[in-house]
Amino acid sequence: MSLRSPLGTVLGTGSAKSGAHHWWLQRLTSIALVPLTIWFVVSLLSLPSLDHVTVVSWMAQSWTALFLILFILVATWHSQLGVRVVVEDYVHSGLRTLVLVVITFIHALVAVAGVFAVLKVAFGGAA
Amino acid sequence: MSQRPTSPHVSVYRIFRYTMFSSFANRVTGVLMSIGLLVLVYWLMSVASGNAAYTRAAAVLSSPVFELIYAGLLFTFSYHLVAGVRHLVWDTGRGLERQQSQRSAWIVGIVSVLLTIAFIYWAFCPGAHS
Repeated sequence: MSLRSPLGTVLGTGSAKSGAHHWWLQRLTSIALVPLTIWFVVSLLSLPSLDHVTVVSWMAQSWTALFLILFILVATWHSQLGVRVVVEDYVHSGLRTLVLVVITFIHALVAVAGVFAVLKVAFGGAA
Repeated sequence: MSQRPTSPHVSVYRIFRYTMFSSFANRVTGVLMSIGLLVLVYWLMSVASGNAAYTRAAAVLSSPVFELIYAGLLFTFSYHLVAGVRHLVWDTGRGLERQQSQRSAWIVGIVSVLLTIAFIYWAFCPGAHS
């Protein structure tokens, strides 16, 4: 005799009813990342040098800071969506939920740290 | 959950099919770039932490191991970008016939290698960066 109701034993084992939303966000972020990633790689490769002064003066420009923040947010979002699917497909043990929690936290940390760093430089905090 | 019935899946497929390879390669390159995001944020935080911290981080980030990682990331980026565009084309309902998909798999492979070579030449050619 279990305290678990018959309904409770079947809930949560089927579709979570949010697949289309996940799919759509994956597409939306991927479309945005096409220009954003190309911009990022090309700008970085175009810098005359990677010493601190050069990087700071690049990152402190308003449009650079804005696009960097967009790039970081969209990239971590897209990454979170993708890694989540990989974990859901290949991690089958009870570890799955724990792994999902950890990767979500890591992505949140990466997003916030990236945005914080860019804002700090943009507002002159890294001189 | 392990007691639920499953239809045979992995065991019924021949492993090396271009569909499986291109799909798996897209996942692997994506996950590798997710790890690359950690390097990016470490670099951004070091920029924000001032000149001294940046110099320390740059010593690590300019080591030969990291140069190899950047070359690898330029490849994973190129592949994932082109393969992602292939997926977006599929999402419009185009290119799903077997022959078209076979051809686009080759195009993705070739274009991503060419892009990688261009990026690596740009990044590492003598005199481009100090």
